[in-house]
Amino acid sequence: MEFLKETMQFVISGLATGAIYALIGLSFAIIYNSTGIINFAQGEFVMLGGVITIFCITAFKLPILIAVAVAILGTTAVGVVFERLAIRPLKNATPLALIIITIGASILIRGLVMLLWGKDTQALPAFSGNDPIEVAGATMLPQHIWIFGVTLLVIAGNRFFFHHTITGKAMRACSFNRKAANLVGISVGRMVLLSFGISAALGSLAGVIIAPLTMTAYDVGVMLGLKGFCAAIMGGMGSGLGTVLGGLILGTLESLGAGWISSGYKDAIAFLILLLILFIRPQGLFKKGETERV
Amino acid sequence: MLKIKNLNTYYGKVHALKNVSLHLSKGEIVTLIGANGAGKTTLLNSLSAIIPAASGELLLEGKSIAGLPADRVVSLGLSQVPEGRQVFNPLTVEENLELGAYLRYRARGQQGAIKEDLQRMFAMFPRLEERRRQAAGTLSGGEQQMLAIGRALMARPKLLLLDEPSMGLAPLVVQDIFKVIQRLRSEEGTTILLVEQNARAALKVADRGYVLETGKVILEGVASELLENKDVQRAYLGRDKKEIWER
Repeated sequence: MEFLKETMQFVISGLATGAIYALIGLSFAIIYNSTGIINFAQGEFVMLGGVITIFCITAFKLPILIAVAVAILGTTAVGVVFERLAIRPLKNATPLALIIITIGASILIRGLVMLLWGKDTQALPAFSGNDPIEVAGATMLPQHIWIFGVTLLVIAGNRFFFHHTITGKAMRACSFNRKAANLVGISVGRMVLLSFGISAALGSLAGVIIAPLTMTAYDVGVMLGLKGFCAAIMGGMGSGLGTVLGGLILGTLESLGAGWISSGYKDAIAFLILLLILFIRPQGLFKKGETERV
Repeated sequence: MLKIKNLNTYYGKVHALKNVSLHLSKGEIVTLIGANGAGKTTLLNSLSAIIPAASGELLLEGKSIAGLPADRVVSLGLSQVPEGRQVFNPLTVEENLELGAYLRYRARGQQGAIKEDLQRMFAMFPRLEERRRQAAGTLSGGEQQMLAIGRALMARPKLLLLDEPSMGLAPLVVQDIFKVIQRLRSEEGTTILLVEQNARAALKVADRGYVLETGKVILEGVASELLENKDVQRAYLGRDKKEIWER
């Protein structure tokens, strides 16, 4: 009985971290689909979300919701500026060169935040208190509910944007066939810029809602980014449900592994999964073969 | 409608178009024939601003379109149906058509007109309506070609560029495509620049034609005269060979 109860607890906290990985995974997929780049600065966007929020609260005494809004807008601006300064000028660069640039950018952003903010780990207060809620014998924090709620909203918003707005459809068209997109008048450059903006916003949102649970510091983006990347790989780099499921599975397995075996193996479990997927199903866990006739 | 003067375009280091000049009047169907690699597709892509033109004048209704970005060219009324159809495979038929009107959505206030145009496309291509919720990649080649044409028409172009619309299609389907081209002119008044390897079929629907060889216009004239021209017959028509759609 005790074992079941414990397992339930691991699953709940695993799903919550998994939801964060899912959000970060989606943000990877959005940039990948519009440019073919894996943006390794994605983790830094996540870090900026948490760090800027805490900064706004401590330095300017802003209410938490406004601080969160400032952090998301600020990070979005960083994403947009990053695309303008580092990605767009290199029009004919190969994806590999651009990927290396994103690694450079991630080191730069991390370094700047370390200089400006210091190396201390800080916590963001939970959005609505810390009174635990009993769920089937396990406890859940209000912050968990925030995480699940926000993730659901993002998934719904994502679905709506890509399937029911003309801009979202244009982004999908662009990721499939740039030349044809150009011929119907879609500006590919604008779509790439937009994808960096959306992706930075999503990443920072993930960083904000996890910060009360895990604390945040200048270097949290590295691990969160890699885990999110892992979720995106599991979902076959799609910007849909595959990546969300990938994140949830990853978070749950990680949490179960940490609980049953040892928390020292937490990260090892994630990367073992990543390697297995890359070896066995590089197209992602859920992808079917494309139906296509020429 | 369209006037091209001394157009030069390079494909990397290859001088792909050499001082090409041609013109189209409103409501005309003009065909561009020539062998593989003669520069036909390059010419269309220079017009659509996919490949930048190195020099020359490009005038659409008297306005210069040289150097404009691709989306501006589309909004000025020039749309291309690219070689190999290039529909957005993972998107549905309806989404493909909607994206044809992308710039009109962005201009706002045209939602109603776009809806009407969508219905018009479905009336013109009933097969597309049957398959409107299907992914475009699952359509047959002929249906994809219809979709590519419909997508281009959704922008309400004044001038339509068609690149090898008959490529890889069964003869009966080719016949349908050429009927559509004739209907576009007679019912919609669209001006059409048609690139074809199937020179005989193209010259039959066209008013005039240009023959392109290694990047240069070597011959131009009324379509019926080009059909009778001995050199054209020998090089591009395969004299005396009756094709299936002529019977």
